[in-house]
Formats: sequence, structure tokens, C-alpha cells
Amino acid sequence: MAKKEMTFEQSLTRLEEIVKSLEKGDAPLAESLGLFEEGAGLLRSCGKLLDEAEQKVVQLRKGPDGAPEELPFE
Amino acid sequence: MTETAFTVSALNEYIKGLFDTDPLLGRVAVKGELSNYKIYPSGHHYFTLKDAESSIRCVMFRSSAAKLRFRPESGMSVTATGRVSVYPRDGAYQLYVSDLMPEGAGDLQVAFEQLKAKLAAEGLFDPAHKKPLPAFPRRVAVITSGAGAAVHDIIRVLGRRWPLAKILVLPVRVQGAEAPPEIVGAIRYANRYRVADVIITGRGGGSMEDLWAFNDERVARAIYASEIPVVSAVGHEPDVTIADYVADRRAATPSNAAEIVGPDIEEVAAWAAQTNIRLGQAIGKKLDTLSRRLSELAARPALTDPEVYLGTKRMALDYARSNLAAAGEKLAGEKRRAYVALAAKLDALSPLKVLSRGYAIAEKNGAALRSAGQARKGDKINVRLSGGSLDCLVEDVHNGEERNDV
Repeated sequence: MAKKEMTFEQSLTRLEEIVKSLEKGDAPLAESLGLFEEGAGLLRSCGKLLDEAEQKVVQLRKGPDGAPEELPFE
Repeated sequence: MTETAFTVSALNEYIKGLFDTDPLLGRVAVKGELSNYKIYPSGHHYFTLKDAESSIRCVMFRSSAAKLRFRPESGMSVTATGRVSVYPRDGAYQLYVSDLMPEGAGDLQVAFEQLKAKLAAEGLFDPAHKKPLPAFPRRVAVITSGAGAAVHDIIRVLGRRWPLAKILVLPVRVQGAEAPPEIVGAIRYANRYRVADVIITGRGGGSMEDLWAFNDERVARAIYASEIPVVSAVGHEPDVTIADYVADRRAATPSNAAEIVGPDIEEVAAWAAQTNIRLGQAIGKKLDTLSRRLSELAARPALTDPEVYLGTKRMALDYARSNLAAAGEKLAGEKRRAYVALAAKLDALSPLKVLSRGYAIAEKNGAALRSAGQARKGDKINVRLSGGSLDCLVEDVHNGEERNDV
């Protein structure tokens, strides 16, 4: 499972799916436990993102090769 | 006395001189309605300014016409400013117009309405073309002045609401002739290098003149062409620009743009907490249901007391077995009785039984004789009677004679 590759939005969508599926309650136990574990993992990583978020602001400048360069924004 | 005759050229030059030295005609503003408006390939504009009774021919040279911010059309009421002079070749005076202002609304307002109508007709404001904004942006490009209040408002509000997003500032001029190409360049650059997943472009409040870059056709087309969704944030609430119409979302102010772009981290955190609870409750319920089923099963006799359970089953088996045996015996008895009855019936029909009543069977060569004609005189026949048989010789045959005494 490529959890690390998921965007925040995908994580939340997946979480919603997991909770709905668990709330229906008709999945076998092993599958339910797997879903729970996946959901808990997603919540942990989302929570970490939210808790540790620190705003970054940069100024973009066109570099010598045309590609953008980041400069500190005063 | 013979008067000196002028040449036509000299006369016209003389008259032109009078016009050109007149202080009023040197700079005059004239109100009237535009008619017969023509733009020549040279770039000069030719038209007539008229009122109910009168008209005057006008020319606006290319250098002045290029400064017009709206498109003059026949029928418009305008004020034309310029000087009145003579065109010597035709001997005609005309108004050399340096500026045209629409009557009533300002030229910018007219230009705005004209561009709005044009772009609307082309479908640039079509809701179907508007792209959805990312729900949780990771990178936000801000195309505005690097020095104005707008960029700081956006950084401040995004920092409060959604600090997860990295802000990339692309500083541009937002006022003056250089502003539109710079804004256009930044929008295209952001798209070429995919620097962000949403763009905010705009500036703080000002006069219509100040906001004019966001009413520029080039800026409108760049916003329309942007593959990254664009939020416009120009001026204050009542200010509406062409950029606002063409953008994927219009924000009333730069701060408002940050509110639109950034979800509220508090709400997201609350959602996550709620989801955590739901997740726990859902798995708890699942485990409860399963453990309840487990205890119900565990309470069944098969599991609580297997000896008693098996004893019961064994008794049932024995009972079934004895039932089966009894049924078998009953069936056998019935079959036997039926056999005896059948045997008795067969016995009654047996020919041997008939012989015991005094009859005999005559046989020739082992086959029973059914009529007298079947035997000849001298045949040896065997006669079977009750209790044995007799070997006999036929002495005579009497056909057709029935014995009456039988």
C-alpha cells in the first residue's frame, strides 16, 4: 500500500471509505481489523501533518535555465 | 484699382494662419454625436461630430487614437478635445482630435462594458469552463505586488487557516502599462512549470484606473487559458473586474481569496477527531457483535456438556435402530403371510389336486392327449391317476362319442 504517496485529500477520502465500510459491519473480522489498522495509520499521519504544519513562504524567480528558483520572501 | 489676386494656396494658408493663432481654436472641447466613424489602415480615425443642426469633420491621428481605452462607435455621445485647423488642400476646416471621452460614463467604464460584452460572447465567462479548486492545496501561487498589503493579507490568512500549503510569491507590477504583460507572464510561467495547484492573482483596492490591469484583455485571456485554477482577488468587495468574471472563483478581497483557497485547519482537525471516534466505535461494535455470537454459541449444550449431548444423541440412535428392526420384522411377517396364501391358491389349482377327485390324464410320448382323435389303435399311452400311473394299449378309438354320465 503506497500510503506515503497519498495526498491529504486522498487520505481523507480513503478514511471516509474505511469508516463507512466498518460502520456497515458486514466485512469479516480479519478484513475489519485490517481496515481499522489502515484507518488508524492514515489518521496518525494526517494528524501529524496538521500538528506539525508550519507555513512556508518563498518568492519565485526565473532561474538562469528558465526553471523557477526559490528565494526567501522577506 | 486692381486688387492683387491671391493664389488658392496662399488664401488657404492665410486662413489656416488665422485659425492656428486663435487662442480658443487652439484647444477646444466639443460635445456631439459620433457619426460615420472610420478607422483607416494607416491607423488614423476619421469621423464626423454632429448635433441636431450642424456637423464638423474630425480626424484623430494614430498616435492619439492608440491611447484610447474604449472603442469609439458611430452613435456614441462624446466630448472631443483638440484644435480646429484648416486642411489647405481642400480648404476645409476640421477638428484635429487629441482625446475622446464618452459622455456620461467614463471611458474606462465604456471600455469595461465593451470588453465584458466581447469576452462574454466568446464564452470566456462560461461556468462550464470553470475549474474546481483543490480541496486541500499543497502549493499556492500568489501573483501580485511583492510590496502591497494584498500579499501579506493572503500570507496571514493562509497561515492561520491552512499552514500546510506552501506559498510561492510571483511578484509583478499591478499598476501601469507594464502590469498586464507582467501578470500574463507570471500566469503562463506558473503553468509552464506547474509551480502550484492553485493561483491567486489580484491586488488591494484603488480607483478604477488603479485596478485597470485586471480589466485588460490579455490578462483575461491568460486567466482563461490557465490550467491551474485561478482565484481573482481585486480591490474591495464592490470592485468587479474582467479578471473576476473569467477567473474560476472570484474573491471579494485578497484576504477572502485566502479563505476560499485554504480550508480551515480547525475544521479538518475536528473532522479527524470525529473520524477517530467513529473508527473506534465501528471496530468496537464489530468486536461486540462477534463476541456476543461467540458467547451464544458457547452456551449451547454441545459445547457446555458434550457428554450429555452425546448421550442424548446416542439414545436417539438406539431408538432409531430398534424402530428400524421392528419395522423390518413387521415387513417380513407380512410377506410370509402373503406367500402362504399364494401357495394355498396355487395348490388348489394344481392338476394333481384334480386327479385326487377321480380324474386321469392320458399322455402319449409325454404330451397330454386333449381328444380321442389324437390316439390310434395300438398306441401305447400312459395314464396318470391319483397315486400313480398306468401303461395302457389302445384297443380301439371311438371318435365323437361323449360320455354322458360325466
